[in-house]
Amino acid sequence: MTITIKVNGAARSVDADPDTPLLYVLTNDLELKGPRFGCGLAQCGSCSVLADGVEIRSCQTPISDVGQRAITTLEGLPALYAQQRKLPKAPDLHPLQQAFIDEQALHCGYCYNGQTIKGAELLSRTTSPTEAQIRDHMNGHLCRCGTYPRIMKSIQAAAAKMSKEG
Amino acid sequence: MNLSLNRRSFLTASSALVVAYAMNGPAKAQNPPGPPHKRRGVDAKQVDSYFVINADGTVTLYSGKVDLGTGHRIALPQIVADELGIEIERIAMIEGDTHLTPDQGSTSGSNGMMRGGVQTRQAAATARAALIKLGAARLGLPEADLDTAQGEVRAKNGSASVTFAALLAGGQFNLELDSKAPRRKPSEYRYVGKPVRRPDMPGKATGAHVWMHDFAVEGMLHGRSIYPPRPGARLVSVDEASIADIPGVKVVRIKDYLGVVAEREWHAEKAARQLKAQWDGGGLVTTSAQAQAYLRETGPRDTDEVAEKTGDFDAAWPQAVTKIKADYHWPMQSHASLGPSCAIADVRDGEATIWTASQGTHKFAEAFDGILQLPKGKVRQIYLDGAGCYGMNGHDDAAIDAAILSRAVGKPVRVQWSRADELAWDPKGPPQTLTIEAGLDGNQRVSTWRAHMWIPRPTPKLPNVPLVSPQLAGLPQMQGVATGSINIGAVPTYDIPHMEAVVHYVKDTPVRTSPLRAPGKLANLMAAESMMDALALGAGKDPLAFRLDHLKDPRSLDVLKKTAELHDWRPRVEPRRDGKGRGVAFTHYKGNETYVAMAVDVEVDRGTGAIRVTRVSCAHDCGQVISPDGVRAQIEGCLIQGVSRTLFEETRFDRERVTSVDWSSYRVIAFPEVPELKIALIDRPDKPPVGAGEAAIAPVAAAISNAVFDATGVRLQSAPFTPQRVRAAMAQSGTTAG
Repeated sequence: MTITIKVNGAARSVDADPDTPLLYVLTNDLELKGPRFGCGLAQCGSCSVLADGVEIRSCQTPISDVGQRAITTLEGLPALYAQQRKLPKAPDLHPLQQAFIDEQALHCGYCYNGQTIKGAELLSRTTSPTEAQIRDHMNGHLCRCGTYPRIMKSIQAAAAKMSKEG
Repeated sequence: MNLSLNRRSFLTASSALVVAYAMNGPAKAQNPPGPPHKRRGVDAKQVDSYFVINADGTVTLYSGKVDLGTGHRIALPQIVADELGIEIERIAMIEGDTHLTPDQGSTSGSNGMMRGGVQTRQAAATARAALIKLGAARLGLPEADLDTAQGEVRAKNGSASVTFAALLAGGQFNLELDSKAPRRKPSEYRYVGKPVRRPDMPGKATGAHVWMHDFAVEGMLHGRSIYPPRPGARLVSVDEASIADIPGVKVVRIKDYLGVVAEREWHAEKAARQLKAQWDGGGLVTTSAQAQAYLRETGPRDTDEVAEKTGDFDAAWPQAVTKIKADYHWPMQSHASLGPSCAIADVRDGEATIWTASQGTHKFAEAFDGILQLPKGKVRQIYLDGAGCYGMNGHDDAAIDAAILSRAVGKPVRVQWSRADELAWDPKGPPQTLTIEAGLDGNQRVSTWRAHMWIPRPTPKLPNVPLVSPQLAGLPQMQGVATGSINIGAVPTYDIPHMEAVVHYVKDTPVRTSPLRAPGKLANLMAAESMMDALALGAGKDPLAFRLDHLKDPRSLDVLKKTAELHDWRPRVEPRRDGKGRGVAFTHYKGNETYVAMAVDVEVDRGTGAIRVTRVSCAHDCGQVISPDGVRAQIEGCLIQGVSRTLFEETRFDRERVTSVDWSSYRVIAFPEVPELKIALIDRPDKPPVGAGEAAIAPVAAAISNAVFDATGVRLQSAPFTPQRVRAAMAQSGTTAG
């Protein structure tokens, strides 16, 4: 059946079974490559996207459950950031994406879609997170390579930059 | 910034498209120089296998070793840029394509730089000498007056120059690697030893990167394998009616191999879950709880061997004044890649193209020739990034699954494993059990040391880890056991006069194995370095000072001293027993590679038994440091993953199947448990670069074990160090809770 969802600011119609996980619609039908399959069980966070600014696991979200919620994927993060911060124009990168590059945080990078989405969710709520808040908020996003220290450092660096910019 | 890779154009382009990493920006999908399908020479002895000098002044670098998330993709161009004399921005790199890149062996055992980098450097040095020779003839100047820089051969006095492209564009070197070709001096380096940003980060941070999981080819179907409920079970019958409600699914059955393909991925996945099949027999020979007994007693015995011997243990043992003996056990563990194994295969018309995240494309291309019964050289494997693998995970299994399905349906097929497939069926790190007995002489020095190891015997000359589906489908492949060199490390590099390592081999493993990061070393060092701690205590010495007393080699001494400084080590001669502790461990990895020492702080909740590692300090000497931030990143990864493997990880299995098949039953470290890290790199620009990918994980379990002893007065000898084990050990030793 044809289902219309709102993704990265645009209405997108796809022909899919209603029980199809949102992840497969995003990656296979809409050809978005931010969200990634990690476990299919909502345990690792590789597939995370924002729904009305709140992080959800797209692998465990049937397309029929999306409804009117506005989905933002990694690709749409700079535009969402501009909207949240009332900037005239979307930057090339969300400050956290830039911080991850600046810190050379990634190893394999497979989990970084989720780390970025979840970290951006935190930064949309506070630009002065403590280390304890970061650990708590990010818990549930696994990184097998062990880049956690650089993720935490990057979130703090992005927060500092955002605070400075007001 | 230019995020140039457009997925749609990628999809519609030639199926032989190659991903080249340009060092000046994100990855671009581009055809390699020359005719796109032209197979190149892949002989690792030939300079032309490594480089092409392009007419536009750029250099294309071909690497048989691949970047597994390790930073190889920047470290290798750093070496080549310096050695050839060209700006790094003018290098593009292509990795792991069996038709294009040199056959340098698998990317494993931390050998990317140690072997691949050194080999490629020699190729570059040979190329540079040849370019200088050509330049001398062209410029009419003696070779001694010439150097290379910025892609040119130049007179040292600046009087004349000619570009590499003018000398050789389109041409070939036609040279073998010359081991005597002069190499740059470290003082001439512009890139080596300095942090240079990885070319793949922007794409990975934005979603533009081409992962194996994103890649797609025209007309591709989605496939899933349905593995037996018990290894070795026979497939009796398949009830295709059970998936009649899912449109467009085709069932593929070849002997005991069962798979499905569909146009839509969700349909393939649903069908794989829903398809009813009847299986008969099968199971596992033992359980994870009985693995130690299997290795020591109940498993099929193979030969015993003396693996290492110094002095005469038997003669010296009676003279030892203090004697200590202890048993140690390490469980099977999964590579537990965060992304599942994935591959695409197109097997048609007597040829096969396989896109894969394999660590060993050349090796597996050859293996696939055999399995698919194609003439030699008919399988092309092309590397694309997967999730980090830390040893051989399921990538090659997913690849052969895709090939089997593709051949059956005559179309390209993409296979992606499920989380349960990954944790149940990836080849595991083998189980190990050890006993060490060691003694002190009258001077309180270690005089005698004997390690007994009970481990699976790796099959000699086994070309690759046997894959699951060829076994099920009755396709030919060599059988055997692969473990990596798990028999190293139980005998330390300390100055001990009488030492012996005895290996008691078992013929098989309960669950299929393959090398897992620092194969065997976590267990062997946990045993050896925990024993060294016990001996220090027996001698009434501080454990760090005791180690220094037993080492002469300055590089060994340096890493330990640096660790003491990083961690503000305070000498102690008995455990604190107040719930807080610190431990030290050291290794000269494999006896001839990287030097690593580390100290850790732990807090042990004596009520619950939970251990928290709060701080790790590590000093690391891997010889010449090519890419300092890359080395630092690898050490960080080793330390965190080491804590995870020590505290949490165990592949559990009963007599039917692996039961730890998701992230709650196979737990790995998460944000709350991450310790503070302090790392010091000791750079030795005049020494050869050795591995940095795994040495630092090797002593982690040992350091934690020693810290827990300091905190509790109890030695943990079975990993993982779960709260239950801590409580049980404390109860046994009479240490009271609370």
